[in-house]
Amino acid sequence: MTLSSADLRRMYRTMLLIRRFEEQAVAFFLSGELRGSLHPCIGQEATAVGAVFPLRRDDYLTCTYRGHGQAIAKGLDPKEGMAELLGRRTGCSQGKGGSMHYTDLSVGLLGENAIVGAGAPIAVGAALRAKLDKTGQVAMSVFGDGAINQAALLESLNLAAAWQAPVVFFCENNLYSEMTPISAMIGTTTLAERAAGFGWTTMTVDGYDPIAVYQTTMEAVEHARNGGGPVFIEAMTYRLFGHMVGDTEPYRTKEEVAEWRARDPITAFPQRLIDEFGFTPNEIAEIEAEVAAEMEEISRFALQSPWPDVSEIGEHVFA
Amino acid sequence: MRELTYAKALREALIEEMERDPNILLLGEDIGVYGGVFKVTEGLLARFGPERVIETPISEAGFVSAAVGLAMTGKHPMAELMFMDFAYVAADSIFNQAAKMRYMSGGRAQVPLTIRTQQGGGRGNAAQHSQSLETFFTHIPGLKVVLPSTPYDAKGLLKSALRDPNPVMFIEHKLLYNTKGLVPDGEYTVPLGKADVKRSGTDATVVTWSRTVLHALEAADLAAADGIDVEVIDLRCTVPLDIDTVVESVKKTGRLVVAHEAHRRLGVGAEIAALVQELAFDYLDAPVERVGALDIPTPYSKPLEDEALPDAAKIVQAIKRVTYSET
Ligand SMILES: Cc1ncc(C[n+]2csc(CCOP(=O)(O)OP(=O)(O)O)c2C)c(N)n1
Ligand SMILES: [Mg+2]
Repeated sequence: MTLSSADLRRMYRTMLLIRRFEEQAVAFFLSGELRGSLHPCIGQEATAVGAVFPLRRDDYLTCTYRGHGQAIAKGLDPKEGMAELLGRRTGCSQGKGGSMHYTDLSVGLLGENAIVGAGAPIAVGAALRAKLDKTGQVAMSVFGDGAINQAALLESLNLAAAWQAPVVFFCENNLYSEMTPISAMIGTTTLAERAAGFGWTTMTVDGYDPIAVYQTTMEAVEHARNGGGPVFIEAMTYRLFGHMVGDTEPYRTKEEVAEWRARDPITAFPQRLIDEFGFTPNEIAEIEAEVAAEMEEISRFALQSPWPDVSEIGEHVFA
Repeated sequence: MRELTYAKALREALIEEMERDPNILLLGEDIGVYGGVFKVTEGLLARFGPERVIETPISEAGFVSAAVGLAMTGKHPMAELMFMDFAYVAADSIFNQAAKMRYMSGGRAQVPLTIRTQQGGGRGNAAQHSQSLETFFTHIPGLKVVLPSTPYDAKGLLKSALRDPNPVMFIEHKLLYNTKGLVPDGEYTVPLGKADVKRSGTDATVVTWSRTVLHALEAADLAAADGIDVEVIDLRCTVPLDIDTVVESVKKTGRLVVAHEAHRRLGVGAEIAALVQELAFDYLDAPVERVGALDIPTPYSKPLEDEALPDAAKIVQAIKRVTYSET
């Protein structure tokens, strides 16, 4: 699977937009405009984009509270995303869901989720639907390393295998489940081998290499789409920010963070586009300017959006 | 007496009880090195070691049932659910296993298990991280249910929970951890199932618990400015339920408001209203009022969340309705 220059440009542009979006969200949190909790995907943009770009618009996706990046990559309007973070009427959930519940069926997004592991069986259900109705769609669930220890997720590994559902599980192994190292919480060396035990095809990939993530995921998605059964991808990645805004990070060393930061895909990828793919520094600067302009528009839209009216509070409990 | 935060008072209770009883051990997510996301277990791993402060995988169904097994075989585990909302993930462990084991065994088994968790809204955590679920635990027989509102009660009630031979749901409120209050220097406990009259009054009774106690006390002050003398009862526990203290108060005031942050529909307020009309019908001068969260999932956006949850102003309105005062 070779990527065209246009594809590569779009990948980098989306990764950068996600980084800037998350940085702006953190700024809004710190200035008190955004409430609750915020779990930025800063550092994990290569998996956000590399995992989701191989999906078709009508393929299904579930993700987590750290899912702004995947949601944007899937096609959620970032203006609606930011307005949602500010609790505004124009947000993707009309202010009712906030940071952890982005949902947009028009782009196949079946929801972020604030319950660890909960999105996985929902994706299996969506995949089963695609199989039953022979639609050719696949479903993907993106979750963290810690989710692998949830009963719902483990049950869904078996359900998908028993049903041969066209589903891809994309596990972002960022080494920590919240503040606890995953290595201390499991009895195997890798997470992928656990899925193998349930009869899944498994793959592993460097989650800081967006092209490798894209290619691996494309192979997995095609495998599932063609009736090959479920595929589990373990991507090694890292948060360059705390688990949430306010995390004091006593569980990891500055050196460890610095090691990963040196490979930050947001700086490494454009350099690689220049070195290996013939992009010019000007083209990179142009992308950066585009993203900066778009971010300004996103923030302006969110800040100028109206609040929901309290008369709408009871809407949407039932269909 | 010293001034302590609710979080620090809870931490003291854990330390004192762990020192007293070597069978007490803690299980939960991020409770070790990080000290818990609300810092209640800070420093406990260093103090008691990894065999008594057990960092768990994100496996609520598994570790709560494992705690049942520990409890049935001689330990006194304290399992921590980081957010009340995750109790649904551990629902079988709590409702089918912990709650019923003693009864099903005809008294041969016992489950001395404390489940600590925190609940409540008001912080913009949205529908899956803001729920108040005491109603469920109150409904299912076999669980004691504790909801402290002050640092003093938090410490004293947690110590009692850790000495109780039964499963106890110990439910904190996320917006109480930083509140401060006086806590004795020496040893004390607060018994489970004894309500606390926080303020005495003659015109109306407000029964409440957890963070809503703070709203009720504020409401009582506001009502006092309008010449209404309100009695505020902090129920502290919904199981065992100290209905006697409530009935005694209603016999004096003739008017009752029950206020809680859980949804109004079928909330514990409904049970209290029913009991009071059974036990003190002739003393009531007005229908019992219930103040609770709207019957909708908790919305994220601030104006919506404010509208959904009870506050002092909503309690004042209820007080005025039961006293037939101008609103
Ligand atoms: C059922 C459940 N238990 C606990 C939590 C609290 N919690 C939120 S995120 C998290 C860590 C998840 O780690 P991981 O799956 O590795 O994802 P990451 O945050 O690293 O992206 C925990 C324990 C939760 N939201 N849901
Ligand atoms: Mg993780």
